[in-house]
Amino acid sequence: MALTIKINGESREIEADSDTPLLWVIRDELNLTGTKFGCGVAACGACTVHIDGQPRRSCVTPVSVVGDAEITTIDSINTPEAVAVQTAWQELDVVQCGYCQSGQIMSAIGLLSENKKPSDGDIDTYMGGNACRCATYHRIRAAIHRAADILEA
Amino acid sequence: MTISEKLPMQRRDFLKSSSALGVALVVGFNTRGVLALQGSETATDFNPFVKINADGSVTIIAKHFEMGQGTSTGLTTLIAEELDVPWDDVSVEFAPSNNELYKNLAFGSQGTGGSSAISNSFIQYRQAGAAAKDCLVQAAAKHFDVNVADVKMSQGVLTSGDKKAMVSELVEVAATMTPAEKPVLKEASQFTLIGAESLPRKDSSDKTTGKAMFAMDVKVPNMLYVTVLRSPKFGGQLKSFDASAASDINGFVDAKAMPNGSGVAVYAKSTWASVKARRAISAEWDDAAAESRGSEQMRAAYQELLAADPVYDASGTGKHAEIASAAASAKASVSAEFEFPLLAHAPMEPLNCVIEPAEDGGVLVHDGCQFPSITHPTVAAVLQIPPEKVAIKTYYAGGSFGRRANPTSDYHMEAAMAYALMGGSHAIKLVWMREDDLAGGYYRPMAAHKATIGIGEDGKISGWAHQTAAQSIAKGTPFEQMLVHNGIDHFSVEGIVDTPYKINNMSVGLSDYESPMRVLWWRSVGHTHTAYAMEVLMDMAAEAAAADPVEFRLAHLDMADKDNERLAGVLKLAAEKAGWDGKQMAGKGRGVAVHKSFNSFVALVADVSTDAAGAVSVDNITCAVDCGLAVNPDVIRAQMEGSIGYGLGAIMRNEVTLTDGVVDQANFPQYEPLRITDMPNIDVHIVASAEPPTGVGEPGTPPTGPAVANAIFAANGMRITTLPMTRGGVKFA
Repeated sequence: MALTIKINGESREIEADSDTPLLWVIRDELNLTGTKFGCGVAACGACTVHIDGQPRRSCVTPVSVVGDAEITTIDSINTPEAVAVQTAWQELDVVQCGYCQSGQIMSAIGLLSENKKPSDGDIDTYMGGNACRCATYHRIRAAIHRAADILEA
Repeated sequence: MTISEKLPMQRRDFLKSSSALGVALVVGFNTRGVLALQGSETATDFNPFVKINADGSVTIIAKHFEMGQGTSTGLTTLIAEELDVPWDDVSVEFAPSNNELYKNLAFGSQGTGGSSAISNSFIQYRQAGAAAKDCLVQAAAKHFDVNVADVKMSQGVLTSGDKKAMVSELVEVAATMTPAEKPVLKEASQFTLIGAESLPRKDSSDKTTGKAMFAMDVKVPNMLYVTVLRSPKFGGQLKSFDASAASDINGFVDAKAMPNGSGVAVYAKSTWASVKARRAISAEWDDAAAESRGSEQMRAAYQELLAADPVYDASGTGKHAEIASAAASAKASVSAEFEFPLLAHAPMEPLNCVIEPAEDGGVLVHDGCQFPSITHPTVAAVLQIPPEKVAIKTYYAGGSFGRRANPTSDYHMEAAMAYALMGGSHAIKLVWMREDDLAGGYYRPMAAHKATIGIGEDGKISGWAHQTAAQSIAKGTPFEQMLVHNGIDHFSVEGIVDTPYKINNMSVGLSDYESPMRVLWWRSVGHTHTAYAMEVLMDMAAEAAAADPVEFRLAHLDMADKDNERLAGVLKLAAEKAGWDGKQMAGKGRGVAVHKSFNSFVALVADVSTDAAGAVSVDNITCAVDCGLAVNPDVIRAQMEGSIGYGLGAIMRNEVTLTDGVVDQANFPQYEPLRITDMPNIDVHIVASAEPPTGVGEPGTPPTGPAVANAIFAANGMRITTLPMTRGGVKFA
């Protein structure tokens, strides 16, 4: 079926079955490859995008339910929280293989948008669904605190 | 076909990119090992590691792929150090497949593994940087009309007195110079980048903005997406399939039987269409030669192997039974049996690659390629084309932990078969779903250990009889000749037979478990289980000797032996930094483990706590590592953090189990990865060393399990000898 979705500030015409996960529309149809496939069952968070500013697992979000909500992907997110998170991630060299990091960053942006000064406990609770097989968690925690400091400054 | 089989040179990709930039200075080594310099396409047998572009920027060619371990940063450091250019002016390109020119000097073939990237490249990459600098200096001397000795270079600027030139001004002339055959390398005291604390990773920016390209992100014209319907049982063969129900699925193109009977390739116009079509296809399998046992039967088979005399005498004492019996009747003795499960690597990026037709009738493979020296001839053989018609473009790899490097190049072989089945009419992108990954075999083998240790009158170990049962990783593969001696697969006993501890009367026996299911190295290979057995046993022996675990270990190390001294060094450092005092606190436990692997030495002190319900939290891990000269201290810290986390998740709760030959774990919820909520605080301390650099990607993993196990014992008295720990009876908070 033909659909129009709003993504990264643009309206895009797409052709997809209604049950197609948003993830595959984003990646295969729209060629926005910053958003990753990791599990397909919302168990790893690599596919995290923002829908109307809320982090969502695009691998289990059928494209047909998105409607006219605004989708934002790692490829173009530029809120103050996003800039702070990306800056902190680079300052602390969080990444290793990097494959999960788009999702980690999209979740961290969501966290800081809701909670300006998260504790370790807040971070663990919010980020618990984002898996990193390289186990960069130690630095993710530190980078979220650093991003909070950047935002505060 | 063997891994050392030489491939013809493949320079075309490099030449293309080089000529496109106009004047470029290219430095490398020719086949005689002498440094050679070329500035044009007429070059014949160079091996470029350094390109200096017309604008003065530098591109280093990385012969090792980047799976997160930091090689793109490390190899760049080695060249930029000797070349004396600003860090930000250097970028990285992955080398094309060329087994002769880009071989890992530790293996003799092109590939990444064994924590060897920096150690094997340490001199080679520095020489390449120094040779490029030598040409620039000669060009500057000519330009300034001074002697070469009067030219200085720093941060990309060449000077002589008040004369000054930038690299970009000199590239054209430098390209005509012949570098010294053996350029002088810096003394350690002159290093400004090697050992520097704040050198940003080369891949950090792209990996935080979604720009980093993984093979999963490749899309080429006329490309079909392929998933494969595989036998639910390892070794099952396709008898027939019915794809009629897939025909209504939008985007479904075709389904074809793999020529080797391994499954059905499902072609579609998108990943999702292929996934949906695969679900709609039914298949019949011939399981006559398949593994049909369940994990309980496998475990029983391992027990039988341990109950019988070992087949191989890995330590060559010839006295296993005598040593066992003497150990059992010593003043004090300890005995234990251990069980280790199958483990999947589960890298975040599920396996995938793209094969597209090339203009010359060959193919271009897009892949996060770990072992081009296996993938290249494998693809050529499947497609029945000469190796020179295969080219490989390497991308960032979303993890591997060993999985991408396997003796059959399994996923590339599948992709090549799928490509060939369409007659080369389409580019194809093979994609594994997470379910394919977890059920896809090439696991860390199950292993079982049994040991009896005697403690003598002097409070030291008087004898140690150790027996291991494991499925061989190397047997039946091209690696067998290199790695199996007198029937003994070194991977099954490494970390025991070659333990640095001075142990009198140690015998190590081995029996092989056999299965059609394939097994593979998994971050730190045999050390994944041998270190656990060794270091839990050392703790048990210390307890039997009524000795402090750190003191007991030190008592079995001889400071006259260099390896022992380094092992003792990390052990003492970790104990000191953790504040090891041998005291017990209610609800808390502290454990230690130390292990040598990949020529590096890592000691860990783990702190755990238990809550009122007895659930365990791993709170802190103090790590001391001696990996020789620390090239990139922050990458080393990151690798320790990551390899400790990787080991921790596995020992806590990961296992692949089978029921009647079918894998039980479908996806992450059944193979729950380590989460941020599980991650302890980790403090890493790097031993200052002038020894040559050694591995850091793997050596943090082996001591993780036993350090945590020993801490749990200290906290609640449980000796965990069955992994994962959740199976061994531990509850985690």
